[in-house]
Amino acid sequence: MKLAYWMYAGPAHIGTLRVASSFKNVHAIMHAPLGDDYFNVMRSMLERERDFTPVTASIVDRHVLARGSQEKVVDNITRKDKQERPDLIVLTPTCTSSILQEDLQNFVERASMSSDSDVILADVNHYRINELQAADRTLEQVVRYYLEKARRQGNLNISLTKKPSANIIGIFTLGFHNQHDCRELKRLLQDLGILINQIIPEGGFVENLHELPKAWFNLVPYREVGLMTALYLEKEFGMPYISTTPMGVVDTANCIRQIQKHVNIWSRILLDKIFDFEPYIDEQTRFISQAAWFSRSIDCQNLTGKKAVVFGDATHAASITKILACEMGIRVSCTGTYCKHDEEWFKEQVQNFCDEILITDDHTEVGDMIARIEPSAIFGTQMERHIGKRLDIPCGVISSPVHIQNFPLGYRPFLGYEGTNQIADLVYNSFTLGMEDHLLEIFGGHDTKEVITKSLSTDTDLTWNSESQLELNKIPGFVRGKIKRNTEKFARQNNIPKITVEVMYAAKEHLSA
Amino acid sequence: MSIKISETLTFECETGNYHTFCPISCVAWLYQKIEDSFFLVVGTKTCGYFLQNALGVMIFAEPRYAMAELEEGDISAQLNDYEELKRLCFQIKKDRNPSVIIWIGTCTTEIIKMDLEGMAPKLEIEIEIPIVVARANGLDYAFTQGEDTVLAAMAHRCPEQKTEIEKKKKIEDKSIQKIFSFLPLKTKEKKKKSLKNQFPLVLFGSLPSTVASQLSLELKRQSIHVSGWLPAQRYTDLPTLGEKVYVCGVNPFLSRTATTLMRRRKCKLIGAPFPIGPDGTRAWIEKICSIFNIQTEGLEEREQQVWESLKNYLNLVRGKSVFFMGDNLLEISLARFLIRCGMIVYEIGIPYMDKRYQAAELTLLQETCKKMCIPMPRIVEKPDNYNQIQRIRELQPDLAITGMAHANPLEARGINTKWSVEFTFAQIHGFTNAKDVLELVTRPLRRNNNLENLGWTNLIKIQKG
Repeated sequence: MKLAYWMYAGPAHIGTLRVASSFKNVHAIMHAPLGDDYFNVMRSMLERERDFTPVTASIVDRHVLARGSQEKVVDNITRKDKQERPDLIVLTPTCTSSILQEDLQNFVERASMSSDSDVILADVNHYRINELQAADRTLEQVVRYYLEKARRQGNLNISLTKKPSANIIGIFTLGFHNQHDCRELKRLLQDLGILINQIIPEGGFVENLHELPKAWFNLVPYREVGLMTALYLEKEFGMPYISTTPMGVVDTANCIRQIQKHVNIWSRILLDKIFDFEPYIDEQTRFISQAAWFSRSIDCQNLTGKKAVVFGDATHAASITKILACEMGIRVSCTGTYCKHDEEWFKEQVQNFCDEILITDDHTEVGDMIARIEPSAIFGTQMERHIGKRLDIPCGVISSPVHIQNFPLGYRPFLGYEGTNQIADLVYNSFTLGMEDHLLEIFGGHDTKEVITKSLSTDTDLTWNSESQLELNKIPGFVRGKIKRNTEKFARQNNIPKITVEVMYAAKEHLSA
Repeated sequence: MSIKISETLTFECETGNYHTFCPISCVAWLYQKIEDSFFLVVGTKTCGYFLQNALGVMIFAEPRYAMAELEEGDISAQLNDYEELKRLCFQIKKDRNPSVIIWIGTCTTEIIKMDLEGMAPKLEIEIEIPIVVARANGLDYAFTQGEDTVLAAMAHRCPEQKTEIEKKKKIEDKSIQKIFSFLPLKTKEKKKKSLKNQFPLVLFGSLPSTVASQLSLELKRQSIHVSGWLPAQRYTDLPTLGEKVYVCGVNPFLSRTATTLMRRRKCKLIGAPFPIGPDGTRAWIEKICSIFNIQTEGLEEREQQVWESLKNYLNLVRGKSVFFMGDNLLEISLARFLIRCGMIVYEIGIPYMDKRYQAAELTLLQETCKKMCIPMPRIVEKPDNYNQIQRIRELQPDLAITGMAHANPLEARGINTKWSVEFTFAQIHGFTNAKDVLELVTRPLRRNNNLENLGWTNLIKIQKG
């Protein structure tokens, strides 16, 4: 047992449902007790979905406990088949059903005999994998199912498209800024003269999956979801894939260069043509994207050496770390991810760009780390945003877990060249603005009347006399907490019970020494 | 499919394929209500993710609840449940030092038959903190029924009433008329100024403390003294219970608690409509007064005043139709109030209908329909959301009261919706809060008055089906 207040990645079935409901005309049936269908609430509220979420539950209740689901699951599948005529029904086990150990595969087989839809059982173990792993796996499972089906039926078409084309794999519902990223990627590929073969799972039809191998290559923008599918396609059909996330100026260029490499292999033969994307990269980097210019501009100088902490899923945390360190000159004191299953890759990616690496899915560890480092800004998930609020440190949200605020109506991609602009804005706005920073330092802040109430230290044995209290209030709000803590730390180390102005200065000297 | 609206109350039962919150969500309001408590939900990631997502922001305010997240070793019994829970509870004691720890049993603990009730008393002695066990799981219960299981478990912990004070008082004619309603007690002595109920009255149901004191005050005006609430603001202030104690519920979903209070604690249950809406509040007070044989004073005027103050809202809702999809068991009381406001209710979906506990409420509903000359709504227990949506399409109600899973899709199809969850968290009890109910109900209607002429009610592309 684990005492847990908060979790970064959800349970496995959420991942399966996210993939299933991203496809068009696919229905998921959960084998779950009443109330486990809150996925529908999340999708309807966070994504502001206009359509009914194609997820229903085959309810597990007392009767099911006593006698097994028996006909119930089969009935629910056939009923849904008649009601909605989906192409595919995904039977989704939950934590409850995995303990019941009912033979769901058997139900699937029985139901598929009487229904027009295809029926599959999502192959996820609730207690071993999390939401993201399950999503990855389910996507692969669905793709494999339809490619094998096509192969059996003999309508598998593996001839390449005439013009270079790509599949984008891993865009799906409730993903962090996925919709915007998708649009940006489409634009990027279009600029490069590459057709989009298919985008899965978001908005795709399972009936079209057998056309996947027609693309020249696969693009997997996020590590968490899509890699398994890309690997499967590579193994079965020799399709190359690119898993470099085009986030930030440097990696976007890297990604485009890889695309160039893969495209040229075939275009040399098929089209008798060599693509050269370098002029495009140069044009975009220097003049279209503002990020490269921004990092040269004097604004960005003020950020040099400022301390930041990064935490999120593997893709976003790694990319943002590299952007902060290489492209903006910010010092990343610690970077981390909750994707424990991807630890090795993550460490390799960020090794040279940060002081320390934290791999954990325990938010208190992350909170403690932030409190210890006291960065000028945090880039993390909604959880870090709340930690930041408590510690009075600004936070830019760069990764799921998500919140309704992370589904903006306006265009906010994180990928591609427009993404670099968005990230630059986010980073810059998260730090206290340069001039304001100086003025606060010179004039001692504009909110000096504020009473200090937020404190991390629980000990009350230290007392501040009125002068030192007054002096403390003169310190700008955003560093006041830090100064207070440092002073108290110093006082405690030196067994000083009463803090005077002298002690404050002594502490300051002690620290800067 | 054509839908007939019947003349009598009809009860139907559908498939139970409906959307509602898991009953563990009760920790969200109960931990706030019971200030010195700590709720430990013994379940899986699924439960935790639900709490985190459904209860959103509250989680960050250092809540006094947590998950005891079961891992594979717990499921396969490689780990010792008792030792594991002991470890976590000691940690909680160290970090938070609560006056009570409430273990919430979930579906998983049911299925693996974790003996929470057996372990609690042992651990309680070791840790020296009371441990209350409530099985609020989705196998048996829906949403607000979670509170019911917690309060029922807590009822066992209320101290025993000392009977000596009552000994002097003579009870005559204490025959039971029905199971849940009692003949008025005839007592000759009538003190003028002091509070008149000769037996203690305990109200059960968790309400925000302001609402609780409003209701207590309403009763005090009729010179009835409320001797305690289950739950109280603090666990250490649980009310005393016993044979001479009268109890009355304030919420329609507390049937287990009612049963426990009657059968196990020998209390006398006052079966009344629930104090939701001015009509409900008045009926509730009148029923309580009648039990104590007290003539109510100025209640009618008070109700009238409230209706008067609601005039603007009533103009908005009069003649409009409502469809309750059903998910929190407040539906009967809300429907009754809305009918009294002049609305037409097509269907009352409800997860579970305890006809005995809600008897007085159902009667009032029937009377209200007659009085307002409105056809009786159909009451659908364990509704089927898919069928309901077909009916909504056909009936095109002016307002659908529904869970969040359906709200946005219905809005996109031009059906006004109100999230039912809000009724659970808003203050809706008593005379004072009648306005809040209508504020909620009319919000989509008022919003529409503003957007009416823009011509974009229907926001989906027309497709098959």
